[in-house]
Amino acid sequence: MSHSETVTETTTKTVFGFWVYLMTDCVLFASLFAVYAVLHNNTFGGPPGSVLFSLPYVLTETLILLTSSFTCGLGLLAAYRQARNQVMAWFSVTFLLGLSFLVLEISEFSRLIHDGNGPQRSGFLSSFFTLVGTHGLHITAGLIWMIVMMLRINSRGFSPANLRRLTLLSLFWHFLDVIWIFIFTIVYLTGAIPQ
Amino acid sequence: MNQPAPEHSTLSSYITGFAFSLILTLTAYFLVVDQAYHGTGLRLLIAVLALGQFITQMVFFLHLGRETKPRWKLLVFGGMVTVVVILIGGSLWIMSSLNYHMTPSQVDQYMQSQDGF
Repeated sequence: MSHSETVTETTTKTVFGFWVYLMTDCVLFASLFAVYAVLHNNTFGGPPGSVLFSLPYVLTETLILLTSSFTCGLGLLAAYRQARNQVMAWFSVTFLLGLSFLVLEISEFSRLIHDGNGPQRSGFLSSFFTLVGTHGLHITAGLIWMIVMMLRINSRGFSPANLRRLTLLSLFWHFLDVIWIFIFTIVYLTGAIPQ
Repeated sequence: MNQPAPEHSTLSSYITGFAFSLILTLTAYFLVVDQAYHGTGLRLLIAVLALGQFITQMVFFLHLGRETKPRWKLLVFGGMVTVVVILIGGSLWIMSSLNYHMTPSQVDQYMQSQDGF
């Protein structure tokens, strides 16, 4: 078996292993969605989602994350062309978009907590903070991973191992975008529909 | 050493996925904001759009179903969907029929503690 065949096979296996992880992570999020679905009406006399959430704000978050998913894909394509500057540029854009998403999410959280609508306010808000916060933690992990990968590519170039890791990172980032679509639809859009 | 991009990740695939995602997101958003539809109908519309968005991103960004046989990724994906449907559907089913499974005396106790009947 030639060297490049071994590399391709390792990549296929690693990507599949990571895929299995992503699917189990889906199950984690599904449990949190189930908790939210069960608890979202238990506001304990507090304000419901339709009062707390601002739709234009959440749309901005969504468009930012969606665009970052796209630029992440462009970065991966550039990596397979071995175009280092383009890779750095696209992943920097992705990082900045991801960071601004995270800043928006944190400022929404701090606004809610400042107004006395923190996770201890009601069952609805506990489940909301757990679900959206878990997604935010994943985004944070993705951003740290992105910095590490940019440093690695800067120092060691496009080795097969680095390309493989970049492929996994982009899968992870697209996956977080998919989870957010459901948070956007189930928590924010459906929450804004009057009963 | 140029490696080919694996699993059909091409520029056109990302552009198509991005365009579809944008259209689906904005459609869902303006359906809710404009309130041309109400209640269950609107909820159903939003759910269908989210499903479309899910499939779009799975195919164009995560390249699901583009692998060569045997399709292990698709198999694991199917397993995940099954677990998720049982988990969420089951939770909602159980929780929504809780009241039905209470004995009459429990219902009286509950009503007294909650509403002071």
